[in-house]
Amino acid sequence: MDSQAIQSDGTQLVQAGHEHPAHLRHHFETVEQQREASSFGMWLFLLTELMFFGGLFTAYLIYRNWYYPAFVAGSHQLSIWLGTINTGVLITSSFTMAMGVWSAEMKNKRGLVLALGATLILGLAFLGIKADEYHEKWEKHHIPGANFSIENFVHPDDPKEKALAPDMAEKTQMYFSLYFIMTGMHALHMIIGIGILCALLLRAMAGAYTDGHMTTIENFGLYWHFVDIVWIFLFPLLYLISRH
Amino acid sequence: MVEHASHPVPEYRAHQTHHIVPPRTYALIFGALLLGTALTVGASYIDMGPWNPVVALAIACTKAVLVILFFMHVAYSSRVTKLTVLAGFFTFLVLVTMTLSDYISRAWGLW
Repeated sequence: MDSQAIQSDGTQLVQAGHEHPAHLRHHFETVEQQREASSFGMWLFLLTELMFFGGLFTAYLIYRNWYYPAFVAGSHQLSIWLGTINTGVLITSSFTMAMGVWSAEMKNKRGLVLALGATLILGLAFLGIKADEYHEKWEKHHIPGANFSIENFVHPDDPKEKALAPDMAEKTQMYFSLYFIMTGMHALHMIIGIGILCALLLRAMAGAYTDGHMTTIENFGLYWHFVDIVWIFLFPLLYLISRH
Repeated sequence: MVEHASHPVPEYRAHQTHHIVPPRTYALIFGALLLGTALTVGASYIDMGPWNPVVALAIACTKAVLVILFFMHVAYSSRVTKLTVLAGFFTFLVLVTMTLSDYISRAWGLW
């Protein structure tokens, strides 16, 4: 509290010349106020993202209730193993990102570089597994608008799968459309995140963010965790419909 | 700082401007998230009738809250951040509820 009390007396600092941290912008009185403002701004951005993904989730909810048998059949085409592994990969990347934020707080450059590097590798692993899943969909003719075939749903290969009437089988396209839009938008966020992560990693290797100014790392962490949360909902909703 | 004025400042925070979350907390949350993932996969193989999606969403919401509170530091952040996050999610729920009540009260199923 003592250090804050001194810092909050902004006028005194300005009169004394530039006796404040170099990263403190002049329109903020204290470092804490600057941190608070940037975190507030980041949260406002993330809430617009919530509304964006929320719209997709609402569409999913309505169509799932209308075409439930088609959604069950569509969901059973996804690999529960790949989905579970990918969930683990993404949660682990969130953990390494959190450790990156901690390393930056501790002014530990090596720790920050390692954590960001691990987050980057895990992010790429997630996208690699996702790409493999997308490729399988192509081979099984499950891409709406490209090569879609209801054959697999009207006459399932697996005797445990329920055969759908042709009109309901057509509705599996709705499931796969939502699957590709939702996981695709999520993957796009991952790709953007990985791009930013590369830049952060290069700058961190040059010594940035471990000098006491780490707002960028904190805010990127918020973004990365948000993308993780979207997946936490996508996984049970898309992969785990009626598996019993 | 509103928060500091209304609460006695705990000993560990007395000399820092903001709370640094220790790796131990991150590791605990990480473990809880992995456990939640295993639970949600396991629960999907049990036939609970209409409760399956409810359980799946309950687990997902719990995981999301853990991420928001601890990985995203909301548990340690100022009241204005807490209020902002809460208001955002509340607005989202209002919008979903209104959209669904519109669909339900029209020609549900008569597509």
